Amino acid sequence: MARLKRFPFIVMGFVLLIAVWQIAAIIGGHQAALFPPPLKVGEALVSIIVDGSIFTHIQISLFRFFTGYVTAVFVAVLLGLVLGRLPVVWQVLDPVVQVLRPVSPIAWSPFIVLWFGIGNMPAIVIIFIAAFFPVLLSTVSAVKKVDKTYLRIAANFEMSQVETLWKIVLPASFPMVANGLHMALGAAWIFLVAGEMVGAQSGLGFLIVDARNSLSLDLVMACIVVIGGLGLILDKGIHYFETWVNRIWGGTQ
Amino acid sequence: MAGSLVSIDGVSKTYGEHGPLVLNNVSFNIAKGEVISILGKSGCGKSTLLNCIGGFEAMNEGQVLLDGKPITKPSKRCVMLMQNYGLLPWRSVRKNVELGLESAGLPKQEAEERVTHYLQMVGLTDRATSLPSELSGGMQQRVAIARALAIQPEVILMDEPFGALDTFTRYYLQDELMQIQQREKMTIILVTHDIDEALYLSDRIFIMKPNPGEIHKEVSLKLAKPRDRSDSDFQHYRELIFNEFQFTQEKATIEFNI
Repeated sequence: MARLKRFPFIVMGFVLLIAVWQIAAIIGGHQAALFPPPLKVGEALVSIIVDGSIFTHIQISLFRFFTGYVTAVFVAVLLGLVLGRLPVVWQVLDPVVQVLRPVSPIAWSPFIVLWFGIGNMPAIVIIFIAAFFPVLLSTVSAVKKVDKTYLRIAANFEMSQVETLWKIVLPASFPMVANGLHMALGAAWIFLVAGEMVGAQSGLGFLIVDARNSLSLDLVMACIVVIGGLGLILDKGIHYFETWVNRIWGGTQ
Repeated sequence: MAGSLVSIDGVSKTYGEHGPLVLNNVSFNIAKGEVISILGKSGCGKSTLLNCIGGFEAMNEGQVLLDGKPITKPSKRCVMLMQNYGLLPWRSVRKNVELGLESAGLPKQEAEERVTHYLQMVGLTDRATSLPSELSGGMQQRVAIARALAIQPEVILMDEPFGALDTFTRYYLQDELMQIQQREKMTIILVTHDIDEALYLSDRIFIMKPNPGEIHKEVSLKLAKPRDRSDSDFQHYRELIFNEFQFTQEKATIEFNI
């Protein structure tokens, strides 16, 4: 019901956006090639959908995105679980992480191309870096906040370290980790485009660079619309996942 | 002492290097199948004592022996029931009860039979697939009791297990616990500040007084179980313990008057 009520507002927002855009195009008096009006972008969008080229790019982009993101989540959660349980080691590593974290993944791109070549790898590595730190930090702090009662139970039932991590610490910290996954997803999606501008020959980021080079700004804008739309879908997807986690884990929240 | 299951032998504990003495030379023995209450006000060290017995906290002096062997760390032989139940919210009732059996190396079928048996004992067979958050507080504590019983420990430690429940549920669960204890003959050490609870459940009551935490008095209850809360003998013991607390309170008012 709530979503149905929100629907008119969502429509209104987009109508307003397109209207402002159209008005700006008319009043601004720019050439349509430099500042494409909505209709032209719509045409470009339809054309790449009809000839199917956009789907190949979406496919390869999503492949890179999920490869980088899932690998980052896997490594960061595992590392976070262990580091969260080793406070002394974390005290040593935390400053290092704090220095590395604010560096934009793009800053590493010269090294990434040198080390990983061109093709899929630069984009995957950049997405990996973008997703890695939010997940690591939220996992470590989630593990530190695990209710001491659960750890007492683990000790009482003579669980091994690995068992405690797997059966107690991971599930107990899962709601906070899920929140980190959500944040990381947004960050990683933002860096997908930048990552594909570095040495890729396909994908949405490449498509933008390619369209710019041939001065098809309507195509650039159409690409931006696609990227925004996909980002929204991904965000909604993980949002549902997070809601599900919180419902199951709701008992202690 | 021969014949005792748990021996608490000269246990003293301070927090920190020069901290206050929390437990001062506490000694007593518990026989197999006995129900013991440690009764005292908040801050008298009764929970600390229970943690020492369970191996959750180290003591400065003395030792706790289980079957003649010193307890140094928590073990399945001595299971603690917490006031907030300590159920894992992401596991169903059944999976919670199963928790302690998973690493016990039991054949799968036997483990499942045991879970079913103890769930039945606490009357929660039909809630086996529920999540803890879908149960009332009383039901949650019954799950915790089933989980503790399932690993068949020698001693069950209870830290104010019914403290968070309303009076009716509390009475009901006390009855249930006593019936289970009569049947299973497990040894229970119960920490509480509820005089009626201690009287209703225990064979012996140790009254603790604070600063430093010491056993002030031991009361042996020679009343047949199940007990009648309105019985005159029951009231007699109640008065006896009540007087003890009057005494310790008088002493305490001087120190706590700020």
